[in-house]
Amino acid sequence: MKIQCEGLTKKYFTKTAVDHVNLELDGGHIYALLGPNGSGKSTLMKLLSGLVKRTEGEILIDGQEFSCKAREDISYTPTEPFFYSYMRISDVGSFYEDFYQDFDRERYGQLIRNMELGMEMKVRSLSSGMLAKVKIAAAMARKSKLILLDEPFNGIDLLSRDALANAIIGEMDQTSSLVISSHMVEELESIIDTAIFMKDGKIEEMCDVEALRMKENKSVADKYREIYSEV
Amino acid sequence: MEFTNDKPIYLQVIEDITSRIVSGEIAAGDRLPSSRELALTYRINPNTASRVYAELERRGLVYTKRGIGTFVSDGNLENLKHEKVTKAIEEFVEAMRGLGLTGEEIERELLAYLEKRKDLK
Repeated sequence: MKIQCEGLTKKYFTKTAVDHVNLELDGGHIYALLGPNGSGKSTLMKLLSGLVKRTEGEILIDGQEFSCKAREDISYTPTEPFFYSYMRISDVGSFYEDFYQDFDRERYGQLIRNMELGMEMKVRSLSSGMLAKVKIAAAMARKSKLILLDEPFNGIDLLSRDALANAIIGEMDQTSSLVISSHMVEELESIIDTAIFMKDGKIEEMCDVEALRMKENKSVADKYREIYSEV
Repeated sequence: MEFTNDKPIYLQVIEDITSRIVSGEIAAGDRLPSSRELALTYRINPNTASRVYAELERRGLVYTKRGIGTFVSDGNLENLKHEKVTKAIEEFVEAMRGLGLTGEEIERELLAYLEKRKDLK
């Protein structure tokens, strides 16, 4: 799936959260959406998933106008856990199954097992690392064409982050694209192919990770420091 | 594996794999993991993993049997070893020169070291 944004803008009263963004996302790629707090990452994701209405500009999905139909192929996973505490992990699966036609129950079960969780576990008793894993399992078990993960690594320990990265790499298919927003630049470095840097609601730069190393001898983390540190 | 910033990730993975081939850890004819497995092992982007195999194939170090997998070629091993050795020597000599040693001094130091570390044999 190809996603094109042209002049995409979102204003909240006087504040412009996303400011005339032009962006093209292609299938088969893992993108990192980077930038400090308040740079517009979450708003951009919410615009792409249709959760927030744009003030101006256009979003085209495979050249077609953004519609309810297109939205079915887009999944958005917010930072905050959103499961009811009385649910078991298996209930989360049923919940997703009811909501989304493209949800693959078996795949969900497999991911849950791979991340060493049990279907019988209650959401209430899960640590934040475990909750993050359930969120990723649920998101990756859908066959979405565009998967948006908002800060999936927030407040998660190293081993759980590795488990999440594995689930992401292992479940990624060649036609879908994945956008991960994060502050953990180093964490994402090796698993992404393209880095998108946002600043004040605008796309400051978009670069291919390998080309960055080849041409500028820089890692994404180096580039991040270059863009955001006020010298 | 920790990656350094000065080189593309796919080249660093290639170096790691070729080192394993030269050392014999991976032998000619061995089946290599699928590119998805490779991505998981090295914790790299799946596209980078495909690129690793494409480049190894281009260099004639591996070949792909459609639908079966990627295998290590049996030719080229000597060349590869020679390449790796040359590179290691280059780095060593450069470091010694950086310390201000002349060619003769490097030779003397190296021989003395090898003499002392006979156990390395």
